[in-house]
Amino acid sequence: MTDLPRVQHVIASGLVAAVGVSVAYISYTREPAAAFLFPRIISTVFVVLALWTFGKALLGQTKIGNGLDLEAMINIAPGLAVSLIFVFWAAQTLGFYTASTIASFVLLSLYDPAPHRELKTWIKRILITAGFLVVMYGLFARLLSVFTPREIFF
Amino acid sequence: MEFLAYFGEVFTPINFGLLLIGTIGGLLLGATPGLSPTMAVALLIPFTFKLEPAQGLILLGAAYTSTVAGGAVSAILLKIPGAPANIATTLDGHTMAKKGQGARALQLSFLASAVGGVFGVLLLIFLTPVLAQWALAFGPSHLFWLAILGVTVIGTLDSSSVVKGLLSGCIGLWLATIGFDDIMGAQRFIFHDAVSGGINVIAALIGLFAIPQVIGMFANGRRPLGAEILTVESHPISKAFGEVFSRLRALSIGTATGSIIGLIPGVGGQIAGLVAYDQSKKMSPERDKFGTGHSEGVIAAESANNAMVGPSLVPLLTLSIPGSPTAAVLLGGLLIHGIFPGSDLFDNHPDVAWTFINSMLIGQVLMCIFGLYVAGLAARVAQVPNAVMAAVVLGLAVFGSYSVQHSMGDVYVMAALGTGMYFLERFGFSAAPLVLGLILGPIAEANFVQGSMIANATSSIGSYFFTGPLNLALIATVVASIGYSVWLELRHRRHTAKEEAVAKNEATS
Repeated sequence: MTDLPRVQHVIASGLVAAVGVSVAYISYTREPAAAFLFPRIISTVFVVLALWTFGKALLGQTKIGNGLDLEAMINIAPGLAVSLIFVFWAAQTLGFYTASTIASFVLLSLYDPAPHRELKTWIKRILITAGFLVVMYGLFARLLSVFTPREIFF
Repeated sequence: MEFLAYFGEVFTPINFGLLLIGTIGGLLLGATPGLSPTMAVALLIPFTFKLEPAQGLILLGAAYTSTVAGGAVSAILLKIPGAPANIATTLDGHTMAKKGQGARALQLSFLASAVGGVFGVLLLIFLTPVLAQWALAFGPSHLFWLAILGVTVIGTLDSSSVVKGLLSGCIGLWLATIGFDDIMGAQRFIFHDAVSGGINVIAALIGLFAIPQVIGMFANGRRPLGAEILTVESHPISKAFGEVFSRLRALSIGTATGSIIGLIPGVGGQIAGLVAYDQSKKMSPERDKFGTGHSEGVIAAESANNAMVGPSLVPLLTLSIPGSPTAAVLLGGLLIHGIFPGSDLFDNHPDVAWTFINSMLIGQVLMCIFGLYVAGLAARVAQVPNAVMAAVVLGLAVFGSYSVQHSMGDVYVMAALGTGMYFLERFGFSAAPLVLGLILGPIAEANFVQGSMIANATSSIGSYFFTGPLNLALIATVVASIGYSVWLELRHRRHTAKEEAVAKNEATS
């Protein structure tokens, strides 16, 4: 195993182990004890398995999972950033429909393999985004009557 | 023969319309690489809120059936399996298409799927009521062990690492405890307002199955799909009919293998298709032709992966234990309508249960008919760039999870779980046991608490949960499934180490 996946495995399994230990700590210290009986049983198994995985990662014996290479990280970063901004900020602040229009268009622009220098590819992206918005509006606002935080169009 | 009494329900205009929409939509979604049947069904759940329970299940069941079959279109025409269940179909199906026999391969694939699928649903029809009555004998301790069995079987058999599979199951069980405790009303693990009411299962399902696929599409960057669509020449359907039934050995091996594998919780369509392909090859006098565009390969693989669909729902409908991730999503679809599977489903909601099962039977036939007609369109849909699919799936996931309870908290939970799952999957963790843990956690805990109360009043917890033939049989199955998976993993590791050593020796000499 090369160094990059090994470090990544240590970080990932370390985070899982930290969650496991926190869950176990809370389960064994909070009251009423009866309400935490089932979480105590689960968290005990959780901690044992998580520490086992963490130990194996530290020793470099993890065989399953290739982690993420640099190219994949670079590819994911902009899309993930747009998605997280869309979900955690824009959807509520700008409204679902405005935010999804912007997010869809930006994602299409970032990841569409069609060349960026041709006008017709931009027209295609705009049409796809508009079509998608119409379908979402029809499905959720009309068919399901879902009232999003800032209502229709926003 | 109770199911016959509800057969007419499938043909009411709304029910039949939903069956058609689910079937055609499922075929198109199934053909799209990167959209798994589980994700397609999870994204459809919000559209069932306004429907009657039976109608919602008809839509979900039709989508499940036809996404599995639809995956064959891209497997044959693009050499990209639409779902893991169609991997074996690629081996001979794409070679046939390259030889100009794409239409023949598609026809054989849909006809074999229909035969396997109908047999699988018939098994579901005849096994389910018997097992549902048997399930009445189950007490809290048995249901507790069954829930644990559901998590451990999926955790061990569906994951590449036993420890990480079980750990994923534990994470799911823990997530299920977040919120207010049912008995004492105590707050547990509420670290953010978004989870104060607990983790919403539907939002979690959408996030866990859809978001990792969206991020996976991002990971490919601006790379084009790179698949060339092969032209399909016409081929008379009557010839395909004759060929499917003349290849009875492959058809029966595929159907039997798929049906048996479907009954085993945690063993999915991917394994059904590959095992059926392998067995057909071993038993065929024309085994040398396999891999060169032999029709038996397509027939065995496709009949197996669709024969698996019906039996995979038997543990769900009888014991409330989903045997696969898609069955877990269907359970979510049942629970939002306040229907709990098991004997209650057949005693108190026979109309829902039988209309759903009957619709799956009719759905197999519709899938075959429409599959042949929409294959060309499905192949075009399969070529939609990743960027478009990512934007569409992300939008559907956000709107869908919001529409569950009109809550932004559910959207945050969906996004956080989905993003976390993508990274966990990169390190060998698996979504299926996590989902099973999340869904079966409340069942396990409720029966554990109920069993503990009974045990305190009658005997000790130890004797209540660890004695009795059924408890011991279930515990033995839990231990056996873990033991078997550990043995498989060790054997695989030894085999890999041996191969690496041989390669190293060859490189140095």
